[in-house]
Amino acid sequence: MKVFELVEELGLKVFSGHKGLDREISGGYVSDLLSDVMGNAQEAQVWITLQVHQNVMAIASLKDLAAVILVSNLEPQENTKQNSDEENIPILGTSLPAFEIAGKIYQAFNR
Amino acid sequence: MKQFRTDLHIHTVLSPCGDLEMSPSNIVSLARNRGLDIIGITDHNSTKQCELVWKLGRSSGLTVIPGCEMTSREEVHCLGLFEDFDALRMFQSFLDRHLTLIPNKPLLFGYQLVVDEDENILEEVVNYLGASLDVSIEEIEQKVHELSGIFIPAHIDRPRNSLFSQLGFFPPELKVDSLQISKNSDEVAIRKKFMISDAITLVKFSDAHFSADLGKTYSIFEMEEATFDEIRKALHGADGRKCLIPTPSSL
Repeated sequence: MKVFELVEELGLKVFSGHKGLDREISGGYVSDLLSDVMGNAQEAQVWITLQVHQNVMAIASLKDLAAVILVSNLEPQENTKQNSDEENIPILGTSLPAFEIAGKIYQAFNR
Repeated sequence: MKQFRTDLHIHTVLSPCGDLEMSPSNIVSLARNRGLDIIGITDHNSTKQCELVWKLGRSSGLTVIPGCEMTSREEVHCLGLFEDFDALRMFQSFLDRHLTLIPNKPLLFGYQLVVDEDENILEEVVNYLGASLDVSIEEIEQKVHELSGIFIPAHIDRPRNSLFSQLGFFPPELKVDSLQISKNSDEVAIRKKFMISDAITLVKFSDAHFSADLGKTYSIFEMEEATFDEIRKALHGADGRKCLIPTPSSL
């Protein structure tokens, strides 16, 4: 599954990093501790979080993640969006809390 | 140059997790008895107990720096210290504007009390002070510096509520006056693990919530006198001032 397919299927908002929408997704990871994501997220996963800090994109890039999904209507900081455009890793948004969006992505993946 | 035993991270009864023994009078007398020269009062997201500790300190020869331990939106704990009460009041209104409002449950989180010097309760703060502010760590740092304060991320090596646990690595735009490491940590190992430049001073403070912890952990500030400007110089290693972390044998 590619990022744009997930966006279409779940009606996600695309904040930035549009050039990365054709990245292939390998799975998902949910965490709000950036140190944990640095250690444990796997390449090409989508990362579900409520953190909006600039460091989010540096870690997404370090781990070569497919996309970042911000939950509960949170919006990225301006410098976070800039980094997303530079790294071509999309930042997506949803009104749903982490539990629900993770459930939907898990279902989409295991059909 | 003189040496000053300095502990700039101390909680009072105002912090929900602060023990009821941490009254302003008790803190000042214990700090004196245990050989501290300079203390900082840093309750969670509030500055309301600082002025009394400062007053009591002044009459007993203890230098008290008013401050606060803030929780950023990313849930990073960081210290802000201020030179005067005008700056502190402006910072308190910043805290009032940005604290996430959650009613405190004293039986769960602890009491949040403002007391007088005889330990009479003047106010019980109703909103939970352990909640986070709705602003980023950079916005907090900028506010502290705008008010000519000192900004120090707290216990950076802790696995929770620290700069590195919450943000993974040092944020490129953050300007710190030093970094506080936990009491049992090794300075050299921490520098290596988190790739901290030698240009940044590391300090140890107690983060005391209980009276037993007061006086056990401090840094030695080598400077001319116990003033805010000298403290800032020592943190930056300016004009021959410096901060030293005592080795276990010298404690």
